[in-house]
Amino acid sequence: MSMIEMRGLRKDFTVRVKAGRLRREKRIVPAVDGVDLTVDGGEMIGYIGPNGAGKSTTLKMLTGILSPSAGTVSVCGLTPVPQRTRLALQIGVVFGQRSQLWWDLPLRESFALLRHIYRVPPAEHAARLTRCRSLLDLDGFLDTPVRQLSLGQRMRGELTAALLHGPRVLFLDEPTIGLDVVSKQAVRSFLAELGARGDVTLVLTTHDLADIERLCRRLVVIDHGRVVHDGTIDALHDRYGSRRRLVVDLESPLPDGFTLPGASVTAVEADRHRVSFALDTVSAGAAVAALMASAPVRDLSLVEPDIEDVVARLYTSVSGGP
Amino acid sequence: MAELRAYAALAGGQLRSVVSYRASFVVEMVTNLGSTALDVLTVLVLFSTTNAVAGFTLPEAILIAALSSCAFTLADFAVGNIDRLKTYVRAGTMDAVLVRPLSAMGQLLLMDLPFRKLLRLAVSASVLVVALVVNDLDWTPARVALLVVTPVAGAVFFGSIFVLSASLAFWWVDSGDLGSAFTYGGRDFTSYPVPVYSGWFRAVFAYALGFGFVAYQPALALLGRADPLGLPAWAGYVTPLVAVVAAAAAAAMWRAGIRQYRSTGS
Repeated sequence: MSMIEMRGLRKDFTVRVKAGRLRREKRIVPAVDGVDLTVDGGEMIGYIGPNGAGKSTTLKMLTGILSPSAGTVSVCGLTPVPQRTRLALQIGVVFGQRSQLWWDLPLRESFALLRHIYRVPPAEHAARLTRCRSLLDLDGFLDTPVRQLSLGQRMRGELTAALLHGPRVLFLDEPTIGLDVVSKQAVRSFLAELGARGDVTLVLTTHDLADIERLCRRLVVIDHGRVVHDGTIDALHDRYGSRRRLVVDLESPLPDGFTLPGASVTAVEADRHRVSFALDTVSAGAAVAALMASAPVRDLSLVEPDIEDVVARLYTSVSGGP
Repeated sequence: MAELRAYAALAGGQLRSVVSYRASFVVEMVTNLGSTALDVLTVLVLFSTTNAVAGFTLPEAILIAALSSCAFTLADFAVGNIDRLKTYVRAGTMDAVLVRPLSAMGQLLLMDLPFRKLLRLAVSASVLVVALVVNDLDWTPARVALLVVTPVAGAVFFGSIFVLSASLAFWWVDSGDLGSAFTYGGRDFTSYPVPVYSGWFRAVFAYALGFGFVAYQPALALLGRADPLGLPAWAGYVTPLVAVVAAAAAAAMWRAGIRQYRSTGS
């Protein structure tokens, strides 16, 4: 069953541009320019794109904050803006830069208030809170006013706050922004565990591609308001020809004219003692065997393609295109 | 019912938040008390130099000022903080409000309920009691009903003015203090008998915008005085009607504003 449906979704903003000394011209700028997307229940999708690509605007239309200029959108079978309050009971939202918590109250009290706001039966609320407390390690700061929490602690609080009413869809807008490595890990493994249970659909926007690699099988890339890629991370690598690399340290310099069938040399360093091969068609095992047979290998390592590079290439190719 | 509890929880959260800064809460409460007392003192100062203003004696003027003050402090307590909407629109807090399963207006009001202004209500109510004592009133059931209804209707009226002026922020984030001309300006206008004003200013504020019906006309009806400006006696009883019209206008403006917010996202 599809949990989220977007058909020809569009959002135009009117901006006024200075034209002459006093005159200002109205110009229509499409922030989201015809997005079609279906997300099934239990899916975890990463929604990425450069700044200003339309990620947050899409998310705001999905959560009922903004009305679309054209096209249709449905979440949990509801139309977000007209059915905003009903939808709010079904979704959880975490905006990395905005808080759902009560700044001056202990974290614990924010959770208690949210129970009333979302009308959650006490037992259900307690069960979910207990789970979050242990998974996110909240016990150390439950009684601290939110304004005194570190960013990492606050984000763990925000995640809990978004989940206490048992939403079917969770929208996360840059949940790891500004977090240190340890907090990022905590947030990611919590989300991974949440996704593994399969009862929550997760839509994640981020600039940190490690979030996506860790969490999302499906990746949707948006640029200039349009979907430019929708598929797995592997499909993205295939499409942009990113390959695994074999980096070899040799006992003696690489002989001239050396070739490895199915692979190409991409870099030669350290007086020809270190060579990188891109594995075009050959498997890693065959490439290593062939190398060992023909060259004195001291050390070797296999490097996975870097998603950051691929996405950077994707952004520039789209932006630079027609 | 569950929804009411949700709103009550919001108000409770706000109360605990402000009380967590105990000293500043007490200071604010006392300053608020002072400023309301000052409003009434202004009327006394005016009358210290003359016996009658526009044909009204000091006790009569105090009754008008007290009715106005009761209506305003009630509205200011319940709805006055809506003027923080512009900060919310700018900071994006409005987005967080819109993803919760409650009405946007209800949340904004209760999230920010100004408990520090509570004592103001007590001050205005006491001034009203004084005004009723110093005036020699001829009580009838209609007048008792009028006395109860007037501050409430006046509060609805002022509350509508607050919402109308705050809604400007949906179109114009830098609406600044333009709205205050009508909210705080309106309170000052209604504190005095309407005949002290003249010309187009009186026509616009007292009658076209309806401020004359907040305190002045009901006070005339309570006192049993004829309007020197010639409005009939029933004009003192139409305040609820004026309030309903203002509230309808405010509701329409608010809805249009929310629609605007959703289409610009600003």
